[in-house]
Amino acid sequence: MSYDGPATSPIADDDSLYGPVSNWESDFDHADPQYNPNTWQIWSDLREGCPVAHSDRYGGVWLPVTHADVQRIAHDTETFSNRGPLVMRGIDGQDPVEIGDSLNLTPLTSDPPNHREAKAPMLPYFSPKRVAAMEDEIREACITLLDEIGTTTAFDAAERYAQHIPTIVTCKLLGFPIEDAEQLRQWTKAGFENINEPPEQRMARMMEEFGYLAARVADHRANPQDDLTTFLINCEYRGEPFSDERILHNMALLMVAGIDTTWSSIGSSLWHLGNHPEHLARLVAEPELWPNAIEEFLRLYAPVTMARKVETDTELHGCPVKANDWMLLPFPAANVDPTVWDRPEEFLFDRPKNPHFAFGLGVHRCLGSNLARLEMRVALSEFVKRFPTFVTDETQPMEWSVGQIRGPKVVHLRILEAAAPAA
Amino acid sequence: MKILVDKDKCTGHARCNAVAPDLYELDDNGYCSLTELQVPVGSESDAQAGADECPEGAITITS
Repeated sequence: MSYDGPATSPIADDDSLYGPVSNWESDFDHADPQYNPNTWQIWSDLREGCPVAHSDRYGGVWLPVTHADVQRIAHDTETFSNRGPLVMRGIDGQDPVEIGDSLNLTPLTSDPPNHREAKAPMLPYFSPKRVAAMEDEIREACITLLDEIGTTTAFDAAERYAQHIPTIVTCKLLGFPIEDAEQLRQWTKAGFENINEPPEQRMARMMEEFGYLAARVADHRANPQDDLTTFLINCEYRGEPFSDERILHNMALLMVAGIDTTWSSIGSSLWHLGNHPEHLARLVAEPELWPNAIEEFLRLYAPVTMARKVETDTELHGCPVKANDWMLLPFPAANVDPTVWDRPEEFLFDRPKNPHFAFGLGVHRCLGSNLARLEMRVALSEFVKRFPTFVTDETQPMEWSVGQIRGPKVVHLRILEAAAPAA
Repeated sequence: MKILVDKDKCTGHARCNAVAPDLYELDDNGYCSLTELQVPVGSESDAQAGADECPEGAITITS
């Protein structure tokens, strides 16, 4: 993945721990703006030297980059806890997990043995069969967005297209007024664009979001609907109805996990097609290749790196890992490990098998993976149907997100051919 | 040829069902509902494709 735009600087901080990275092996920082644009090179350099990087930042954090390590750590839920899935600056130097309930994103932040019963209630709602029922309304939303783009020939497809799809889908899923999708997009965008924002600012935004969600729960209690919010209100945990708190944590998880992740995947895929006219042309000529293309986009541009908190002292490649250290889990790095993948950094329509880790691994497999795949397939295939030839606009700067969700902040495209909208 | 699914390893990626829906059925939660299945003649390559796509390595094909 190349980077050809100007870097944005992290917010200055008195604490020198937040300075720029000088050595990616001993002092890396996933929140350095140079990290996401250069991940393939950084991981490749690490694999050739020490395959696990360490940094004293954030109170001690590790970054393993091999397929085998990512797999082993994801499956070892006893040594590595999910109570700390996001590594970022806490208020007054605290760990983010110590901020309190604001980061309780049950079941993401749950560990076995409680995890199973925390995740179980929502599973049927996100099964392939259940999400397939949303295909028509997702397609309708995509077509409306494409109609709004109309005859514009140069635009930012992140701002005009990708970012709207999961926000609209989330509103439909939870039964929120569709006009609130823009507010959801603004909240998510603020968090996505810079993980280095002052923690107080992040907390204030999260409180505003929680207030919004609480109001929607109250609406739904008064007027039950056939949607996920009402479903959550009617769920039970250990024989008792879900508490308001549990409902809000489940909903907050959907906000954090389902929106910028999906728009990053759609945006990265459009950016790839804009840079690879040969892949775009094949998808136009052979639409039956979409399922393979989606899996390759997911493998190459997997947006999510999770993190774990180390529960007990352990070792990794002979390095002493201490309890309470952070362990980043870069699923996207496992997806390009050359010991597992042939021509790992190439997009291949005919890859013989593709068991990538884009949606994580083990018990925390992404709850919304089936919905995300559906959104990608519909959004990308409709875009290509409307705009069968386009290229990335090289006169515009490219910028990548900062933090554990990797995706393009902008996807500037130039349209070279447009089909007429369906009557 | 038989399909063996290790239910302890299945976490609901549903990839087996996506590539070979006639062989790999899912339960209501979207997890593979098989534990063992005799592969019908002619479906051997579909059985293998389902196993190959599983990120958890939960599916084994025996001859």
